[in-house]
Amino acid sequence: MTTSHDASTEIRARAIDAVEQRAPLTIVGGDTKHFLGREAQGELLALGDHRGVIDYHPEELVLTARAGTPLSELETLLAEHGQMFAFEPPHFGAAATLGGTIAANLSGPRRAYAGAARDFVLGTRIINGRGEILRFGGEVMKNVAGYDLSRLVTGAMGTLGVILDVSLKVLPRPRETMTLVQSLAPRAAVENLCRWAAAPLPVSASCIEGGHLYVRLSGTASALAKARTIIGGDALEDADTFWLDVREQRRPFFGGDTPLWRISLSPAAPLDIPGEQMIEWGGALRWLRSDAPVMMIRSAAAKHGGHAVLFRSSIRSSDPYHPLPEPLMQLHKRIKAAMDPHGIFNRGRMYAGF
Amino acid sequence: MTDSVQPTIDKRELVAALRRLLPDDAILHATEDLRPYECDGLSAYRQTPMVAVLPRTIEQVQQIMRVCHERGVPVVARGAGTGLSGGALPLGDGLLLSLARFMSILDIDPANRTMRVQPGVRNLAISEAAAPHGLYYAPDPSSQIACTIGGNVAENAGGVHCLKYGLTVHNILKLKMVTMDGELLTFGAAALDAPGFDLLALATGSEGMLGVIVEVTVKLVPKPETAQVVLAAFSNLEQAGAAVGAVIATGIVPAGLEMMDNPAIRAAEAFVHSGYPVDAEAILLCELDGTAEAVADDIDRVSAIMTRCGASATRVSRDDVERAKFWAGRKMAFPAMGRISPDYYCTDGTIPRKHLPRVLRRIQELGRKHELAVANVFHAGDGNLHPMILYDASRPGELERVEKLGGEILKLCVEVGGTITGEHGVGVEKINQMCDQFSSAELSQFHAIKAAFDPKGLLNPGKAVPLLKRCAEYGGLHVHGGQLPFPELERF
Repeated sequence: MTTSHDASTEIRARAIDAVEQRAPLTIVGGDTKHFLGREAQGELLALGDHRGVIDYHPEELVLTARAGTPLSELETLLAEHGQMFAFEPPHFGAAATLGGTIAANLSGPRRAYAGAARDFVLGTRIINGRGEILRFGGEVMKNVAGYDLSRLVTGAMGTLGVILDVSLKVLPRPRETMTLVQSLAPRAAVENLCRWAAAPLPVSASCIEGGHLYVRLSGTASALAKARTIIGGDALEDADTFWLDVREQRRPFFGGDTPLWRISLSPAAPLDIPGEQMIEWGGALRWLRSDAPVMMIRSAAAKHGGHAVLFRSSIRSSDPYHPLPEPLMQLHKRIKAAMDPHGIFNRGRMYAGF
Repeated sequence: MTDSVQPTIDKRELVAALRRLLPDDAILHATEDLRPYECDGLSAYRQTPMVAVLPRTIEQVQQIMRVCHERGVPVVARGAGTGLSGGALPLGDGLLLSLARFMSILDIDPANRTMRVQPGVRNLAISEAAAPHGLYYAPDPSSQIACTIGGNVAENAGGVHCLKYGLTVHNILKLKMVTMDGELLTFGAAALDAPGFDLLALATGSEGMLGVIVEVTVKLVPKPETAQVVLAAFSNLEQAGAAVGAVIATGIVPAGLEMMDNPAIRAAEAFVHSGYPVDAEAILLCELDGTAEAVADDIDRVSAIMTRCGASATRVSRDDVERAKFWAGRKMAFPAMGRISPDYYCTDGTIPRKHLPRVLRRIQELGRKHELAVANVFHAGDGNLHPMILYDASRPGELERVEKLGGEILKLCVEVGGTITGEHGVGVEKINQMCDQFSSAELSQFHAIKAAFDPKGLLNPGKAVPLLKRCAEYGGLHVHGGQLPFPELERF
């Protein structure tokens, strides 16, 4: 670890001051996810100085660190002990921090097979909109005391408070990994992925791109050899780079100015929308480059039990997230008021309403 | 015993209002009919509800909630009543809402590996319905034959396979919930995520405080190709504890990793004859599942680790019959206690695994102090401890001693960095211990969240989160940084 510093006292003082002044704050870690969501209102509250590992015992499979800790530092530390964040978080920039990753609930290629960031969150320490430091959850695998506010703040884009520290479940790195590639039309590839997902196969990532199906297998050598006979395809050279480029959106698919939509839906669902698609998560995540009308994209996603987020676009959208039904929006506002009664933190970052 | 003050409720008027919504056989209000609902799995606490209803449709649930909301009638929801923390304990002036008639499996979707079910469907029935597709529902609480999915969601139920497959919160996709004012809300989605806050996670484990669960979409996972168990005996707890850490450290994630101490081994062996070594201080059961090749590779590694950590004997299950036999003792540990003791009280805390030997020794010391025997079964892989205190309720004062000991054990779990409940929930049972684990600001935050769903505080009042006043009376005060909490309150 390069540096370790507990800045929670200073951060809390800023928060209390902001609450007294009724002055909104925009929480910033490494500022790598600025493109995501809406522009928040208020002065910057930098979390970058609040960094370092608080506790890590590899045999406990738990890591606790401060929000401003660079994600790459934590991943290096875990790798030294043969472990990993199983949700394979995208960084979207070298400065990505743990806090931002959790606030955005971002997960990478392994998500459909191992779980999302929220699935690995065991506990958090946060500052709420009353300027209080609160601890929820803990450093143990099973904990049902009190409401699960740690998972509630995960993915809330900082609108419910400042995440100070996070405890995450970590997992051993797989002993062997192999990626198989084959030519296949997207529809057939999704069908195959759904069939394989219903069988006990060690699939740990999947991607359908440009008429090719990529399947990553992780586990013991013998299990991989057997799975290969079922899945088929050729072994991909330099597979780590391939998955890293998928995760970090560095594949050619992600180039250019056409709006990039993130569509999350039932994995087996067909999705016919004009534009180019890259499919991950066994079919459950569709990246779409399309100029099609917003309403068309949103209703197609909703038809298959899903939702669509305008992930990146050259002109910042005023409503990047899928609209909520009115009763649910009212509930969101009441929850926001329960956590942050004066609307101090990341006001408007998710939805205009709060 | 409730924390809330309720206005006087006109029972006759309430029953008349319910009769306008429900057929006669769906309303129970005579004392003898209400008897079966007076407690859940925590039978030491009993209370006859004022009235019980058994609706069949979501619309009926919405209407019942509106009727209660208008009249200020508190509502307690109930599934199969197998919960162990008194979460479904009725209120004498309240309505008991049974979801027992919501028993239908609504939709099985093998391509997307999901099942949509009503809340009264039993946990095991889900896996049985999924079996023809080679799929199952992973969380398997010990009560899975009887407990229902609605209650599993309300309690975020676990089981012996959590370390690898997660808790209920990791295995559900979507919920429909009726709030106290009768609104029907959907949390989560058929997709892996949904827009907005993670209300699916917030609702899971909320112990019936935020709404009534009326539909659940669960994830199904493929049945592992094969599974094998290593049974290892140890002559001391430290070695067994170290073996758990050593298995994890090699990078193996067992499907289940369970520990039993000597009193639990003896009781279980006398009951089901699993072939447990009764002179061992502890046994570990380590199950590995996956492809045949992977299990074969890892089972040898696990056996070697156990031996290296000092196991006096190890055995590997040769087939599924023997595997079931090894598990039988562990799965029947609770009824086994019922055979050797007139009563037993099972509690539930989680600790960081590294503190296991210390905590187990301290539990035995506390047991001696209170002159009560304690047997321990332990989800060792994820640190979830189930101390079982043996007692005889017919002896005056014994239950009080049991409660005191139970409270001290939970406090110990908090002291070593753990929690007062890993999977049974707070309910009424551990409401005082919540004051040990959380500060007044944290408890107030919970109350604020509750009020966002149920501003009148009518859903399951007096459960899960104590009022600050109660913590002050209890005297169990969580001290943060040397500062006395609840400074705003008078001491009693």
